[in-house]
Amino acid sequence: MSALSGEFAAWMALVLVGFLPNEMWRWLGVIFARGLDEGAEILVWVRAVATAILAGVIAKLTIFAPGVLATVPTPVRLAAVLIGFMAFVLIRRSVLAGVIVGEMALVVGALVFSP
Amino acid sequence: MSCDAPTSTLAAYRAGFMATWTSVFSYVLFGTYIGIGALGHDFGFSLVWTVTATLLVWAGPAQVILISALGAGASFIEVAVAVGLSAVRLLPMVVAMLPMIKRPETRAWKLVLPAHFTAVSLWVEAMRLLPKVPRENRIAFCNGLGTGYGITATTATITGFYLAAKLPPLMSAALLFLTPLAFLMSTLRNANMLVDRLALGLGLILGPLFAYWQIGLDLMWSGIAAGTAAYAVHRVREALQ
Repeated sequence: MSALSGEFAAWMALVLVGFLPNEMWRWLGVIFARGLDEGAEILVWVRAVATAILAGVIAKLTIFAPGVLATVPTPVRLAAVLIGFMAFVLIRRSVLAGVIVGEMALVVGALVFSP
Repeated sequence: MSCDAPTSTLAAYRAGFMATWTSVFSYVLFGTYIGIGALGHDFGFSLVWTVTATLLVWAGPAQVILISALGAGASFIEVAVAVGLSAVRLLPMVVAMLPMIKRPETRAWKLVLPAHFTAVSLWVEAMRLLPKVPRENRIAFCNGLGTGYGITATTATITGFYLAAKLPPLMSAALLFLTPLAFLMSTLRNANMLVDRLALGLGLILGPLFAYWQIGLDLMWSGIAAGTAAYAVHRVREALQ
């Protein structure tokens, strides 16, 4: 717990290794967006890359799950995402429906299949 | 400057703020940050520290990494690298959003706050709602959205911090599961063009593959590879039409 040896160290950590390494990407974004207008062709590519990185985050959070979510078996997590997706498609492309049905599938699956 | 400009800026800010009440993301954020508040409590951080982290970091995955890695005693360098890698996605999001809200005469400092508020929640809702907002009001609208989400997340962080001891493990797991589900559904809803759908599909496959192959900076490279491939298909299809 060396990093937490004091209240001061925790606050230093928040700014130096929490805020700055995260926020620098936003500041770089402000710099890169200079001179680009809404219709710029390169933005189609930039949006595609943003979407693909986001997709990677989604897949990694599902497959290599963090914390206590890892105690739910991987096939249950994958099936829950798939069931949520099907609910989204079937119920008027509703984000809320997809999230609620996916969550219910996870909880039911965990109760049924967990050791 | 016309005399009604301040009023309409304020009205746009309020419209953005009110939009958060009907946004599914408010509920998702609430659940997610209950989980994060509980995590902060469990790893021995103070309430003020955890709430400040919510507002300063303003990105769920980065905050989860920050709290769990620091709490587990990782070195500052390790934590900084892990947080920085998880946040690469913010760069293309900011680059894609700012041209929608700025005007040629907009000063860069006015874009720092909307850029700070940029996270998946605000990005997805801004891309969906901004086209209906007059351009001169879009910065205020984004700041209103960001304020609304910030209040929601702060309330949830405090709630989660105090609930921590009472949360059953399955409930905590379900709260952590909100992030991938909500990210997926909202990205799907915003993906109206073929290029965005392809980028989503390819990213879902390449992301875990690159991680499995232990390629350094896996998220960045899989994102660039999948995004560029989707864009290439888009260009070829346009050229053929």
